[in-house]
Amino acid sequence: MRLSPDELVFWQYAFIKLNATIVYTWGLMLVLVIGSIVITRRITFDLERSRWQNLLEMIVISINTQIEQVGLRHPERYIGFLGTLFLLLAMASICTVIPGYEPPTGSLSTTVSLALCVFIAVPYFGILDQGLARYLKSYVKPTFIMLPFNIISEISRTLALAVRLFGNMMSGAMIIAILLTITPFLFPIVMTALGLLTGMVQAYIFSILAAVYIAAALGKRQAKSEKKSVSSPAV
Amino acid sequence: MFIDWFTVGAQVLNFLVLVWLLQHFLYKPILNAIDAREKLIAGKLDGADARMTEANQERDDFRHKNEELDQRRAALISDMEAETTAERRRLLDEARKQADALAAKRQASTKDEAQKLNLAIGKRVQQHVFAVARRALKDLSTSTLEQGVVDIFLRQVRELDETGKQQLVEALTTASEPATLRSAFALSDGQRAALQQALNETLSSDIRITFAELPDLISGIEFTTNGQKVSWSIADYLTSLEDSVDELVKKPATQPRPEVPVEPPPRDEPGKTNRQAEPPVVDPSDGAVAEKSPSKLNLAAKPREVNPADEAHAHES
Repeated sequence: MRLSPDELVFWQYAFIKLNATIVYTWGLMLVLVIGSIVITRRITFDLERSRWQNLLEMIVISINTQIEQVGLRHPERYIGFLGTLFLLLAMASICTVIPGYEPPTGSLSTTVSLALCVFIAVPYFGILDQGLARYLKSYVKPTFIMLPFNIISEISRTLALAVRLFGNMMSGAMIIAILLTITPFLFPIVMTALGLLTGMVQAYIFSILAAVYIAAALGKRQAKSEKKSVSSPAV
Repeated sequence: MFIDWFTVGAQVLNFLVLVWLLQHFLYKPILNAIDAREKLIAGKLDGADARMTEANQERDDFRHKNEELDQRRAALISDMEAETTAERRRLLDEARKQADALAAKRQASTKDEAQKLNLAIGKRVQQHVFAVARRALKDLSTSTLEQGVVDIFLRQVRELDETGKQQLVEALTTASEPATLRSAFALSDGQRAALQQALNETLSSDIRITFAELPDLISGIEFTTNGQKVSWSIADYLTSLEDSVDELVKKPATQPRPEVPVEPPPRDEPGKTNRQAEPPVVDPSDGAVAEKSPSKLNLAAKPREVNPADEAHAHES
């Protein structure tokens, strides 16, 4: 029994290999990109629009609103990163209803890579917003003694992000796989439904936490409003 | 539980590519569309606001204009009413005046007509009365009456006052032609002689007299010479009476018409002359002539009284 889709390798040349994680990710990417292209190709700027465009607009506006509520003033700057994070993770969870599909987020490599992206994105946006010096200064606040703790906090939260997502997704897939062997019919369906829910929740948590970390890395002005938002997703 | 670092790298790359792709194909178009729609809606709302403002403004303007129009209409109506009232009053006054004038005119014309009718009636009556009187007197003239007339004339001649005598004498002396004595009837020789004698005695001279007959005198005799006249005739009375009646009729109707004196004027005393204007009145008792002074009475030398035709007639006789 595979614990991770990484183990299913379709093609390998030296260290380069095409495993299920990458292939499923590509599949998800294709679905997302082609769906976007197809829908936005007939995009209209009038009051009347297609249902699919409406759906996309709803999703985009919801993401925008969520980012804004976290405390980021210009959500359009961060929607590319945070929105893609959420859509990828959500799509990966939703697709678990497809038989034979294994979510790429069930692989630690995927979650680590996403956590690494967040790990890099936080200082990137922080420096972009307030400059390198001021961003670095935030590590020695309130006192210099806090520097190692702040660094540890950065690393640990990235690790936590990766492991949390991996654990949830992997466990979900794992439970379904185990249950399928024990009670083949009814129970796995219920667990799949539950897995959809947890997958969506995890996608939400992951992207919201990423937003919160980015918001925390931004200027002092935004920090105050961020504190209120941080307290809510305490998972 | 392991981490495949190649997969990690590939996934990072995949994720970054996906970020770029979605940014390009999803977020940008959708956000642009949303922005455009919001702008459109905002524009429409702004337009609606502007239109609403404009409509409000126009409504206010319209209301204002309406009020102004109402006020102007009310003012015009009141003006018109005032003008109409004034015009009606003026027209009524004018009509009343015209009616009054017409009524006055009609009244005047009625009065005039009445007056004319009165005049005509008076004239006709007068003519008839005098014609009847003349005719009656003419018919009634008999020898006794004629003798009476001659007697009256003789008495009148004898009773002439000094002034009258003097004027007659002067006239006779200056006259180139003989004096004329006209009578309405043919005088007998005795009557002619008595008349010649009386005149000669009274005027103390031998007078040449031409006798003539003039029926118009109506039972009368007149003695004329060089514009002076001594006469007595009923025609004279009638003429005087006619003149008096004419004068009475011709007086304007507006003036109170003087009543014809009922009482006869005081009887003429001998030797006194009557004024010419006053009508001679026949004394019913003796038929005596009121006028005693031929000079005063006849110096006016009425054309009829010194009618050349009559003179000629007298010469012939």
